[in-house]
Amino acid sequence: MNSIIIPTPLRKFTGGTGLFESPADSVKGLLDDLVASHEGLRPHLFDNDGDLRSFIRVYVGDEDIHELDGTATRLTPGTEVSIIPAIAGGIS
Amino acid sequence: MVNPFTKAELERYSRHLIIPEFNLEGQRKLKEAHVLVIGSGGLGSPMLMYLAAAGVGHIGIVDFDVIEDHNLQRQVLFGVDQVGASKAQSAKDRILALNPHIEVTVHETRITSENALELIEQYDVVADGTDNFPTRYLVNDACVLAGKTNVYASIYRFEGQCSVFNYPRPDGTRGPNYRDLFPSPPPPGLVPSCSEGGVIGVLPGILGSLQALEVIKVISGVGDVLDGRLFLFDAATFGTRTLKVRPNAKNPLTGENPTQTELIDYEMFCGLGGAPKEERPVKEITPVELDALCKKGEAPVLIDVREPYEFAIAEMGGVLMPVESVPERVAEIPKNRPVVIHCRSGVRSARIIRMLEDEHGYANLLNLKGGILAWQEDVDPSLARY
Repeated sequence: MNSIIIPTPLRKFTGGTGLFESPADSVKGLLDDLVASHEGLRPHLFDNDGDLRSFIRVYVGDEDIHELDGTATRLTPGTEVSIIPAIAGGIS
Repeated sequence: MVNPFTKAELERYSRHLIIPEFNLEGQRKLKEAHVLVIGSGGLGSPMLMYLAAAGVGHIGIVDFDVIEDHNLQRQVLFGVDQVGASKAQSAKDRILALNPHIEVTVHETRITSENALELIEQYDVVADGTDNFPTRYLVNDACVLAGKTNVYASIYRFEGQCSVFNYPRPDGTRGPNYRDLFPSPPPPGLVPSCSEGGVIGVLPGILGSLQALEVIKVISGVGDVLDGRLFLFDAATFGTRTLKVRPNAKNPLTGENPTQTELIDYEMFCGLGGAPKEERPVKEITPVELDALCKKGEAPVLIDVREPYEFAIAEMGGVLMPVESVPERVAEIPKNRPVVIHCRSGVRSARIIRMLEDEHGYANLLNLKGGILAWQEDVDPSLARY
């Protein structure tokens, strides 16, 4: 199995869960399984053309998928994938 | 090397001076440094305390805000006696009480595209403790244009991020900046603001302390700074990750085809400025009008579309029907008598009214103008504001 860590701002679309697991062996497969299970996430991760939105980064381990093979990046079992959102903060 | 310290300072900083790789030289660099802390709130509080305690010689504080009750849950610079007072000035008083051997300059202003470069140019290092996207991008871009290191941290609920942007490298280049990570911001509304989302009070304490640490490392040159790396902390799970940040070809300032050479209108850039999106107005009722109806024995049906955790803080007798649950509970909303719908400030309830009118043919719905906040102000001051 591979896992993907859902950041806090997107957990309202996953029923509060922060971790999603799937046997998919590519980043695209994992993301597809994720949005198939949590349809509400789709517009927040992908634009109308199906491309990842510019304010979302996806990492495999500690490396940005742009430095790998993008969403085609293959996953070996046990790989941790992270969605990293822009957050602005809350000090006021 | 000339020793620039008094006896009192040497004694005060002795626990730095006896770290072999830090020593008097590291302390001297701190004393000579000029650090601009933007925002003296949740992140700025611990940051300012530690930078002052550590002996950073010149600290600038940018904040235009005043202290409010709901700040005290995390902004540990301040006490109840200072509610209503200037944050920047109160912060200055507090850190000078902590360390009189430093200089503190207050910039009681909002940082803008007009004043940012002038402000930042007076300092060696900038620490961004702000709380919104327009200012995040403004501070980043100004630091890149002015050639300053930007020590960054950001928080949301249980989640924190920290990095060091635009850090000078030995080969003369600069490390990645915020635009390499996120070239453009999410559209408004997609990521809730802190006043909607909340934050666990200790989290800015942790991230602000990490920022102070990185500022001290940047100045002293001791250790490996978070250049080209993004540190993530999940306070809920205690999960930590450190990810690589690479230069991004699409960065409009430092990418392959730079398109931006000056500061821009960041409110517009973040989709917050300009003409507001035209939305069909809904019928409204003011708190005073609603109160009068209730007193006449003509109370309308009242529906509260906030979340249960908001309801627990303050409520005004409405039926709790959180926004997400409305579509499946439409049958509970009568069509044959007046119905008032409310939320915290009136935005969510207006959206729900439009949906009910458009999709379910309602014509008897009124929005409580200003939400429960206005009701608290005009009718029932015993309720808690949040």
